[in-house]
This record gives sequence, structure tokens and C-alpha cells, in this order.
Amino acid sequence: MKNLIAMKSFTATQRRQTWLHIVLFIIALFELKAFGFGNPANAKTTFGFTLAKEWVLIHTWIIGSATGSYLFSIIALIAAVVAITLIALKKRAGLATAVTGLALMMGFLCWAAAGKFIPLTGMLQGSLLLAVPLVFGSMSGLLSERSGVINIAIEGQLLAGAFASGVVASLTHKSALGLLVAPLAGALISLLLATFAIKFSVDQVILGFVLNVLVIGLTDFLYKKLLIPYQTTWNSGPSFSRIEIPLIGKLPIIGPIFFNQTLIVYLMYLIVVIITYSLFKTKWGLRTRAVGEHPTAADSVGIDVNKLRFRNVLIAGLVSGLGGAYFTIGSTGSFSKEMTSGAGFIALAALIFGKWTPMGAVSAALLFGFADNLQGTLSIIGVSIPSEFMLMVPYIATIIAVSGLVGRVRAPKADGIHYSRGGSH
Amino acid sequence: MKKFLDRVLGTALLPALSFVMAFVISGFVIAFSDSKVLKLASSPGKFITTALSTVGNAYLALFQGSVYDPNLAHGHGFLQGLYPLSETVVTATPLILTGLAVALAFQSGLFNIGAQGQFIFGAVAASYVGFHFTFTPVLHVALALIAGVLSAAIWGGIVGILKARTGAHEVIVTIMMNYIAGFFILWILKTTTFLRHGRIDPIAPEVNPSAQLPHLAGNNFRLHAGILIALAAAYFVWWLLNRTTIGFRFRAVGANAAAAKTAGISVGYVTIATMALCGALAGLGGAVHVLGSEYALTADIAGNFGFDAITVALLGRAKPLGTVFAALLFGALRTGGRTMQSNTTTPLDIVLVIQALIVLFIAAPTLVRYIFRIKNLKTQEALASKGWNG
Repeated sequence: MKNLIAMKSFTATQRRQTWLHIVLFIIALFELKAFGFGNPANAKTTFGFTLAKEWVLIHTWIIGSATGSYLFSIIALIAAVVAITLIALKKRAGLATAVTGLALMMGFLCWAAAGKFIPLTGMLQGSLLLAVPLVFGSMSGLLSERSGVINIAIEGQLLAGAFASGVVASLTHKSALGLLVAPLAGALISLLLATFAIKFSVDQVILGFVLNVLVIGLTDFLYKKLLIPYQTTWNSGPSFSRIEIPLIGKLPIIGPIFFNQTLIVYLMYLIVVIITYSLFKTKWGLRTRAVGEHPTAADSVGIDVNKLRFRNVLIAGLVSGLGGAYFTIGSTGSFSKEMTSGAGFIALAALIFGKWTPMGAVSAALLFGFADNLQGTLSIIGVSIPSEFMLMVPYIATIIAVSGLVGRVRAPKADGIHYSRGGSH
Repeated sequence: MKKFLDRVLGTALLPALSFVMAFVISGFVIAFSDSKVLKLASSPGKFITTALSTVGNAYLALFQGSVYDPNLAHGHGFLQGLYPLSETVVTATPLILTGLAVALAFQSGLFNIGAQGQFIFGAVAASYVGFHFTFTPVLHVALALIAGVLSAAIWGGIVGILKARTGAHEVIVTIMMNYIAGFFILWILKTTTFLRHGRIDPIAPEVNPSAQLPHLAGNNFRLHAGILIALAAAYFVWWLLNRTTIGFRFRAVGANAAAAKTAGISVGYVTIATMALCGALAGLGGAVHVLGSEYALTADIAGNFGFDAITVALLGRAKPLGTVFAALLFGALRTGGRTMQSNTTTPLDIVLVIQALIVLFIAAPTLVRYIFRIKNLKTQEALASKGWNG
């Protein structure tokens, strides 16, 4: 405790984390006062837990709105104190932080939805769906950036994938073919990225930006020229239907959220697992990380830096192109103008927020998906917070993250720097 | 004289070649997406002539819509035929200012993707001062402009402060801040202060006549005094960079931050000052756009000005004069693109493709040199931001 008061002896990270939790503590206090005591006494909040035909533990949970806010705020207060103590003792406080955040959120929901119904399972399922392109995008960014090539063209790759899969599925009436061309379209953009960045050493940020403009321009052009006038042949493709996995698909809450989804979502699980494993457990992963951190050292032990980078950027394009298919054949089947609407940039944000690690990026993508879905749910049940502010959350969170207010965020050391043997860089 | 010609040719050759290649490639895109052309694929002769005429008509409409239209001149005189050119200048005006906001940042080694958000803040503040108050005409315009410039300078300055204090990369921060600004304008147009009385769609009241920039060529043309402000700003940036100590420090940090630091220049100070100035320039763009041609703030006020600014600055090679020319060119493409879309079957969006291709080729002089087999193609120092940790 003495240590805690004299924060001087803390490391920089400890100090930052302590401050973060003090802020959370104050928010919890505010929530306790404003929501716990400031609620209409008899209003009740109803949480719905069932969605379809899964096995049921509880259908709905009805709690007094004031009681709920009161209860969850107190849990948040306790968890925040626990977290601060753990930090002072130099122990991991991740779980306590998560509990604090979750309790704050539940307390807020109890207040916000007083007298109303919140379909909790449905909300979480929607969050996962909104996170799907973000996860694909951030995995693409991860593959490229861990090997040292900045990928701002995620947006363009997603859009190219969406366009190609939608059009091909519509022309051939086969969604499987659409799924096949989507990664290729993403890889095509990657091919441009890799060629110009690695062969012609063009600045990667500028390049990614220009490629996005190119893809937006091309798809907008073709959309107006072909997809609108010849809609029935060019833009009315089939889409995947949900597949329920036997047994685990019937689990309460978890089942409908994770195991009653389309093929693309299951592919996403697979890709996340493969990338996480390969990056840290295989020779390729070690080389990728080496090239991204210290290309000269990697070169000196015989790794062909630029070849590895080229290959990784191409794989990155395959991944985000596949993610693009989610927008068309993964949902309604048809393509619309600029339908990715910035998902590539939120994916980039998730990658950064997740500190360039697979699990971090996935968590951040899920969090951003949840924030997005929460604002949708709240505006449907008619809560008086402007939805615009809820939509700002991922972006503000990312700025806070890169500013180092929540632990230091550090990119791979050689990210964005062109490598040439004996070169000046 | 020969030396001068060589110099002009040297600097203009790469942009010119890039320009030609971009138009050729886009021509293929236009031809091969046209249903009339595709139907003739079986007879090569007709196929080629139809393809050429489709592309030719599209590019002709692009020219007529942006420079000179003989149909307009018919019966009204040559000057009326130049109406498209005046529209080009109107579109180019905010583009010059946002382009300068990106170019100046490049000179200090920063990549300002945030012109879009800065533009929005400038437009919002200028619009508010414009419709909410009444002053004498000249004073009112000046106050509205100052409000736009200051609020955008603060918005841009935040990026500089974050970068200088915490090392947060300006590219990431400005991308995020563009989105925040985009949601901000959507929200503010719903508030009772901004929403026009009796309307439910997001539109603010028109600015009072006393806050509107005067027209330069009569009321038949939308050409307004904003272009003079934009040209003055371009001159100011040139003067700042080449004739002042501050500008020297900017360029020194841009050329080599570590060396500049050793020489005693405060890199943090330069970063903050640059980003605030860039914000001010883009904000001036937003203010001029509202006070000169739009008058009423809408959710889509920023259009694509902030993003086109990046291609403009890249094409202009981050030089003030180059930026002016590049903005005029892209302004012409935008304006002519609208005519092309309504007169032919070619959608406006091909303009984005042309822009992207031009910049792509300019950024890769090695490729252009290779394609045209030019040995001594002059390329200036490559524009580059540094890696995420830079």
C-alpha cells in the first residue's frame, strides 16, 4: 500500500496502468451515484438470453434497473481496487481489468435500458458478425506488418474481395466460386503493393493510400457502369446460409453466437488459429518476426528479406480478400458502392490497439464490433445518447492506445522501412 | 533560355508521362466496361473504332465540362463558353488549400492524412459564425474565416502535440481523427443550433450575405474571391518555407530529424507548429468553401477535398506552385467528370482511377523510366514518411 501512494517507485508502465484503473474507479463511482441512485425506483431491465432453438438455461433475466446499476457499479469498484493492488504487487491484472470493464458495461446497460428489453445473445451475435471483416483485415495487416511492410491498403483489399466475389457469384450462380476469387482479388492488390513497395521502394503509406483510391475508383466505376444497369445478371448473387455445428451449436448463449454461423466465419476461426500458431511456433513465423524487427540481422543469417516480405504481403492480400467476401456472399449476396465503408481502417486500428499481436488484434476487433453493435441496439431501444458518439469509440480508443496512455504500443521495428542490402536505411 | 527549357522539361516530364499513361490505362477501363463495345467483340475492326469513339467521347466531354464548351458559347459569346473553366477554379479553390496542408506537412517530414477532418472543423466554425452573427460585410467575412482557421488549427495541432509528446504516429492519429470529425459533423447538424429551422435533413442555415465571399465575374459565374485567398496562401507557404527561419527549420526537420535535433532545432516544436499550420490551411479551405460557394453546411460538405488533397500534394511534389497546378488539374477532372457522367455513359468515378494512377506512376519513377527507356529522367527527392516508429 505504501508503494501505491508513493507511485514514484513505479515503472512507467505501472504508473500508466494505475492511472487507467483510477479513471475506471472514478467512472464506477459516477455510475453508482448517477445510475444506481438516480433511477426510477420501479423500472426493470430485461435481458434476453435465447435466440433460436438452443438448449436453455434461462430465457430472460429481469432485474430492477436501479438494483442492477447499483450491484454492477459496486462490482466494478471492487475489481478496480483489486486491479490496482495487483499492479502494485507487479502481478498480471488483466482479468481484474476485464471484470471492471464488463461490470461497468452491465451497470450502464441496466440504466440505459430501464423498462426495456435487451436481447443480450442477439447483441453478442451481431457484434461477432460486425467484427468478422475487422478480424480478417487485422490478420492481413498483421501478416504484412510483422514482416515489415505497412499495409494501409486493407480497405482496398476488402473492397476488391467483396466486389470480385459478389460479381463472380452472381455471374456463375455459385457462391463457392465467389469464395474462391475473393482471396485472389485481395492478392492482386497485394501484388501491386508488394511490387511497388519492395521492387520500386515506393513509400508504403503513400502507396497503400493510393491503392485504396484506385480500388474505390474502379469498383465505383464498374458498379455504376455494369452492376446497376444489369443488376439481374451482374449483382444478384447467392449467399451462404448459416450452418449449425451439431451439439456445440446447441449450447446456451455460446452456441448461437459462435457455432451457428456461415462458412466464412468458420474459416475466420481457422485462419486466426493458424496464424497465431505459425507466427510463434514455426520457422516461417520466427523468420517473419526477425525480418520485421531487424532485417539486417535476418539477412546476415541467410534469410532473403525481400522475398519473405513479398510472400507475406501476398498472403496478407489473400486473407483480407477472403474477408471481403463476407460483405457480399457472406451476407446478402449483392455488392453496393464502397460497402466496406472504412472497415479496413478500423481493422488497422484493431491491429494497432492489439499491439500487433494476433490475440490482441482479434480482441480489439471483437471490442470494436461490440461498440458498433451496442450503438445500433441502443438507438433501436431509444436511448438518448447520440449514436455518433458511440461510433467514435473505436477511433478514440485507438488514439488513446497509440498515445501510450494504456501501456506502450510499439510497431515492429522495421515496419515501413524499405530494405536493401548495404542500403542507407 | 535553353537551360530554362531543360529545367521545365526535366521537372514536367515525369508528371506528363504519368498523366499520359494514366489516361491510356483508364481508356482501356472505359472501353472494356462498355456494353456497346463488348457486343462487337466478334468483329475486330468495328470493335476498335467503337472503343476509340467511346473513349474519345468520354474524354471530350471531360474537356468540355472543365475548360471550354462551344455549346455554351453559342449565341452568348466566348466568355460564356469558359463557364466550365470557372467551375474548375471553384472546385480547385478548396483543393489548393487542402493540398497545401498536406504539402507543408511533407516538407517537415510529416504525412498529414487529416486534411479531411481539419477541413470539416474549418467549415463548421465558419458556417456557425456566418449564420449566427451579423457584422459589417468585410469584418464578418474576416471573422468567419478566422474562426474556421483557428478551430482547424487546434484540431490539427492536437495531432502535433500527441506526436511530439508521446510519439503517436501522425498517420494513424489523423486517420482516426478524420472519422471522429465525420461523426462530429453528423451530430452537430442534428443539434438545434445548427439544424435549419423547419428541416429534418442535416443542413445548417445559409450564412448571412455579409459573410459571403464576393463573386469575381458577375453573378452568372460562381467564381468567388476564395481563389485569391488560396493563391495568397500558396505564396505564403512558399515564402514561409524559403524565406524564413521557421521554414528553414521545417525543412531541416523534414530532411533529417536527427541532424536537425543535433543542430539545436526543437523537433517537437516544429512538429506541433507544422500540424497546427496544416490544420489552419485545410480549415481555411473549409471556410472558403462554405463562405464562397456552398453557403450552407451539410454533412457532405467536405466531399473528397481532404483525400484528394493527398494526391494533389503528391502530384505537386509538395511544392506550393506544383500544388496549385495539381489542384487545378484535379479540379478540372472533378468538374469535367460531372459533365462526362451526364453526357456520356461514363461514370464520374473513373476520375478517381486516373488520379490514383497518376500518383502511382509519379511515386515510382523507376517504372516510368523503364517503360519509356529514358535514362536521365529527372526525379526529385522521393517523398517519404518514416516507418510507424519514425
